[in-house]
Amino acid sequence: MAILEVKNLKVNYGVIEAIKGVSFEVEQGEIIALIGANGAGKTTIMQTVNGLHPAKEGQVLLNGENITNIPAHKIILKGMTQVPEGRRIFQELTVFDNLMLGAYTRKDKKEFKATLESVYEKFPILSERNKQIAGTLSGGEQQMLAMGRALMSHPRILLLDEPSMGLSPLYVNEVFKIIREINEAGTTVLLVEQNAKKALSIANRAYVLETGRIVLSGDAKELMHDESIRKAYLGE
Amino acid sequence: MEFLSSIINGLSLGAMYAMIALGYTMVYGIAKMLNFAHGDVITLGAYTVVIVSSTVLVPAINLPVWAGFIAAVLVCAAVGVLVEFVAYKPLRRASSLAVLITAIGVSYFLQNFFQIVFGTSTKNFPRVPLFNETWMIGSLPLNSGSFFTLIFSVLIMIALTFFVKKTQTGRAMLAVSEDRSAAQLMGVNVNRTISVTFAIGSALAAVAGFCYGYTYTGIVPTTGAMPGIKAFVAAVLGGIGSIPGAFVGGLALGIVEYLSQIYISTQWSNVIVFGILIVVLLVKPTGLLGKKRSEKV
Repeated sequence: MAILEVKNLKVNYGVIEAIKGVSFEVEQGEIIALIGANGAGKTTIMQTVNGLHPAKEGQVLLNGENITNIPAHKIILKGMTQVPEGRRIFQELTVFDNLMLGAYTRKDKKEFKATLESVYEKFPILSERNKQIAGTLSGGEQQMLAMGRALMSHPRILLLDEPSMGLSPLYVNEVFKIIREINEAGTTVLLVEQNAKKALSIANRAYVLETGRIVLSGDAKELMHDESIRKAYLGE
Repeated sequence: MEFLSSIINGLSLGAMYAMIALGYTMVYGIAKMLNFAHGDVITLGAYTVVIVSSTVLVPAINLPVWAGFIAAVLVCAAVGVLVEFVAYKPLRRASSLAVLITAIGVSYFLQNFFQIVFGTSTKNFPRVPLFNETWMIGSLPLNSGSFFTLIFSVLIMIALTFFVKKTQTGRAMLAVSEDRSAAQLMGVNVNRTISVTFAIGSALAAVAGFCYGYTYTGIVPTTGAMPGIKAFVAAVLGGIGSIPGAFVGGLALGIVEYLSQIYISTQWSNVIVFGILIVVLLVKPTGLLGKKRSEKV
């Protein structure tokens, strides 16, 4: 059974139909990439899956449970956490407070400590800058914090919305390396990216989104060699 | 000597404003609204003490004044949450003007409710042992009540700072204040966090009502209205949304008001206080400790 299943999802922004019936599945242990140009509806899908935006039609199933339109704050409890577009870290709070907020729903003190240790291990910069105000971090460091914060909830499936946006090439490579590590440690990943080349290089499978519809899907390596993909998204 | 004594009295008045301003500023920071009914919660707190700890309103109940104090804190917290639930929560997605007008409506509702239930005549606040003495510090006379008001406000400020910075609920409040949807993604229940904020703000208003009661002794249905508005000025002066700002703004405003009463004229003191609001809005709208925050879309 798929860990996350989206069935015929339709989403409106006002009167405009932004998502026109999208279906996809994420299997346990996979990295799935959702690629597409600006305005294709990638972020809208992510927000709807996480309960921040209402679905008009269709279903979102997490571990077989229908979670369509349940309040956003309840979804993290079911094992799905999102790193939102633009990172959205709490700029005025310290790095430590950001991580603590990532663990907001956790009640188990001991295991929480172990998670904090493992996040510090994965992102040594966060341990170093633990007392620093998050808004003063560089863009790349903020992305690390956003990812570390999401991992604090110990998710079974991690959603990442444009994790490479606005980062230097060095940090882009770092971010994708870490995503792969997170996945290898057992967390399923759904990745939304404009950087199709990078996304396809780490994904198992991918879906291509165009103006609210999935136009192509399949094995990531095959898509990378697909003529139309190369032209439209890889700039070749 | 007279100047020093005026400063102390001004600080005490300011401490009361600070407690009220903390409620204004927390609610503004987290729920993004100006709760103009906040001042009337002070009145409710004062009346609760009169009911519980004197024979003035309900002769059958006459408990020690501290029982009245605790009752006031609980009643105000509960009413604060109730008002938010009934009047403001349905307007979460409405324009801020609609919420502002509703808050003014709630304020008038509460004032008229007090008038009908408690009558318009002045009700005497019960005496608080130890709070109505004059202590001599050298040759400087110090009213013990003023001293305790200051102590209350400092304790509240310390407790509140600790709560907001060191507890998960406090962090959640700061998170909601900065980015509501990111907070939701962390699992923070925004509605519950707003309720907690109203409970705390209203409990602080109850403490301020208690301080007002033993300082000025007479309670009428509009008792809290003027201190409420002045505390709003204090919150803006300190930087609305900022907790230390509310404290500093409250103390500063208290000193300015008291000094202008003594050295200029009691009739001009309100003009000066509200003049400060206008000047702050013109010169530094973010206040003394407020931050400039770009609005997120």
